[in-house]
Amino acid sequence: MKKFFLVPLGLFAVLAVFLAVGLNRDPHEVPSPLIGKPAPVFSLPRLEAEAAGQAFGPQEMRGKVWMLNVWATWCGPCRQEHPVLVDFAKAKLVPIVGLNYKDQKAEAQRWLTEFGNPYVATAVDADGRVGIDYGVYGVPETYLIDKTGAIRFKQIGPLTAEVLQKKVIPMIKELQS
Amino acid sequence: MKRWTLSLCAALLLGASTASWSADAQPLADDPVVEARLVGIAEELRCLVCQNESLAGSRADLAEDLRREIRTLIRQGKTDAEVMDFLVSRYGDFVRYRPPVKPTTYLLWGGPFVLLAAGLAGLVVFLRRRTPPDAVALTAEEQQRAAALLNENKNA
Repeated sequence: MKKFFLVPLGLFAVLAVFLAVGLNRDPHEVPSPLIGKPAPVFSLPRLEAEAAGQAFGPQEMRGKVWMLNVWATWCGPCRQEHPVLVDFAKAKLVPIVGLNYKDQKAEAQRWLTEFGNPYVATAVDADGRVGIDYGVYGVPETYLIDKTGAIRFKQIGPLTAEVLQKKVIPMIKELQS
Repeated sequence: MKRWTLSLCAALLLGASTASWSADAQPLADDPVVEARLVGIAEELRCLVCQNESLAGSRADLAEDLRREIRTLIRQGKTDAEVMDFLVSRYGDFVRYRPPVKPTTYLLWGGPFVLLAAGLAGLVVFLRRRTPPDAVALTAEEQQRAAALLNENKNA
């Protein structure tokens, strides 16, 4: 008979654990269904003035492990992320491609001359259609794509030195080997 | 003659009013059928930027882009299910307010019923174990006293 007292206590403990886990998760981080799937193909004009008239598509990166970074000048956290990317690009571990998302071309070009250009190429997604194909919903977002062209990792929100050290770099080494 | 002018006026007025009607409706939706289907689909979808709003109600930039995309898909003759698949394949099941029934969501859908069944089972066990208070048997002595008391009442 005394055991019945333990039932509500047990239920409470289970509920408390569920709520604690739920509260500590970021609801803005929605797992991408694109992990493990081929990166959507596109062909977009390039941002760089010296590459005017040229197009970029992910198919050009076949055989390489590379990073696609979605950014815009109107995006606050992108400014915070930018120096991290510039530093990371200096290490030359992987080529980083920029996807300039729903932005003004002139402003984007000015941003890169002012803050440095970590990208081997930047594609211009003026109307955000390619962003939709990649499931972009909060800039900045970064994709790590393997040699076969499959998406292996997605970072929602700015990349930090910590995320790079702990997650991205080990994964790059694994994918490159 | 008078009647003829009157009906002409009426026809002109009617014509003018229908004309202004369609001109007003234009900017809202160029095709009411497409728009109705769009709203039907978008009500079922979550806006990922402001997650407690549906795609139909959200004014976020991305929601506008996605509505534009859904309109294009509808015009291309895609079914509602195909449009849903388009969005789920890009943003995941989270965009749907009603998640599909599949192995990863069995607990979500079945959980409440499991809890209900467990609660009912617990109740049955509890009721069965409980000893009813009136089942206490009286001793012979108590029986006699009870009879005596009852008789006393009757005689009075």
